[in-house]
Amino acid sequence: MREEIIVSGRNNYLIDPHLHIWHWQIPLYLFLGGLAAGILFFAAFFTLMGKENKYKAAVRIAPHIVPWILVVGLFALLLDLKHKLYFWRLYTTIRLESPMSWGAWVLMLVTPLSFIWSAIHIKRIFPKWDWKFKILKDLEAFFTKQKKAIAWVMGISSVILGVYTGILFSAFNARPLWNTSILGPLFLASGLSAGAAVIMLLSRKHKERTMFARIDIGIIVVELFLIVHMFMGFLASTQVQINAAELFLGGPWTAPFWIFVVILGMIVPAFLEVLELKKFKIPVVIPATLVLFGSLMLRFLISYAGQESRWLY
Amino acid sequence: MRYAMAIDTKKCVGCSDCVVACQTENNVPIGYCRDWVVEVTDGTYPQLEIEIRSERCNHCDNSPCVRCCPTGASHYEDGGIVLVTPNECIGCGACITSCPYDARYPHPDGYVDKCTFCIHRIKKGLEPACVSACPTKCMYFGDLDDPNSPVSEILKVRKYKTLIPEAGTGPQVYYLI
Ligand code: SF4
Ligand code: SF4
Repeated sequence: MREEIIVSGRNNYLIDPHLHIWHWQIPLYLFLGGLAAGILFFAAFFTLMGKENKYKAAVRIAPHIVPWILVVGLFALLLDLKHKLYFWRLYTTIRLESPMSWGAWVLMLVTPLSFIWSAIHIKRIFPKWDWKFKILKDLEAFFTKQKKAIAWVMGISSVILGVYTGILFSAFNARPLWNTSILGPLFLASGLSAGAAVIMLLSRKHKERTMFARIDIGIIVVELFLIVHMFMGFLASTQVQINAAELFLGGPWTAPFWIFVVILGMIVPAFLEVLELKKFKIPVVIPATLVLFGSLMLRFLISYAGQESRWLY
Repeated sequence: MRYAMAIDTKKCVGCSDCVVACQTENNVPIGYCRDWVVEVTDGTYPQLEIEIRSERCNHCDNSPCVRCCPTGASHYEDGGIVLVTPNECIGCGACITSCPYDARYPHPDGYVDKCTFCIHRIKKGLEPACVSACPTKCMYFGDLDDPNSPVSEILKVRKYKTLIPEAGTGPQVYYLI
């Protein structure tokens, strides 16, 4: 038996007895970032496919909430910072090796884009909207003309944003549970699924809803596949990663993970969506809320459990 | 130049003088520490073996904390010492999560703090506070590039290990075993 104790009474706040430096702010920020990425991706994708009229909620309605989601997300990030007055330091350098840095910069690109996208579609929500000043009208006309170009940039940057929400964790090799590149695609998929859920909630057309139910089922299958792969990877790896995986395979986080994330957040909503496609009447709010809940829980559990996983020495 | 430290686990008695010396020298806020003592017991009674280690930031060669820092607040100084510039640090915690040794902590003033190898003392030609306070003289400090420095001398003649070398951080605190 090997026992290791700190005898000098180290009890650093938020570090001991196990790391808990990131509270609810970071997982919330990552969830909102992923959700925003999901919505923007679908808006850009269907615009570029020339299906704006077919998928109105995706292209013209849902993106209006994105700027607010991002503002709340950035606010959560700000709350997490312990040296808040120096926030601006994030934007005085670009450090490509630091995911925190390029995440901050990607948000700097995506947030204005989401405002522009919302602005050029504002009349779909408020038909009487008037920009009042000529310059604003000119800007609207200009951006409307450039819509395709904006959609390209938005589509690509939303994928980067979605992947970033996972890479932020997987860049830390000090926490074995996070140290898997599967988190990038997994969080991207989870963000897309959450985006599809919001679009289903906001759409009034049955056709659009079933289309997004279909998309969502596909994404959930991919997510389940990625989760299985993540655990296979862990279990075939070193002792520290086996221990990390065991946090979810019999350890203290097992029940929350499998019940909230996998069953309630993926399998049940996918099942309900299949029933919906088979013409059963399922109120869309049930699968959509479950998907959003599961996506949020995924961030929370990976963040919290990951901080508990560590190297042995 | 490459500053490093060697600590003799055979001589260390776990008195924690290094911890107190550091707290005093560096005004570490009450309740926190930049270095700490770990006691490892191996085996089953009565075949027990004990190793005592005074641990601190390893001033790694390939520091994940420097890599993850979004502002450049965490950086390398001359001689490979890893430091944090308080008024560049936003307190995001990325470096804290990236350190496999949990060597960093959030200072109550908001920025992140950790061992500095007492760079202010080294510049004056003194040893780090922990090294000079150790009553058993079990710590050696100096420049690895200088073959005659105390740390180079001792590493030539003793067996040593580093902590979690497999994490790939290139730690520069050596433990004599
Ligand atoms: S021990 Fe931790 S804080 Fe120190 S240099 Fe290495 S990774 Fe950074
Ligand atoms: S907490 Fe400070 S030193 Fe650490 S990564 Fe963030 S900005 Fe850099």
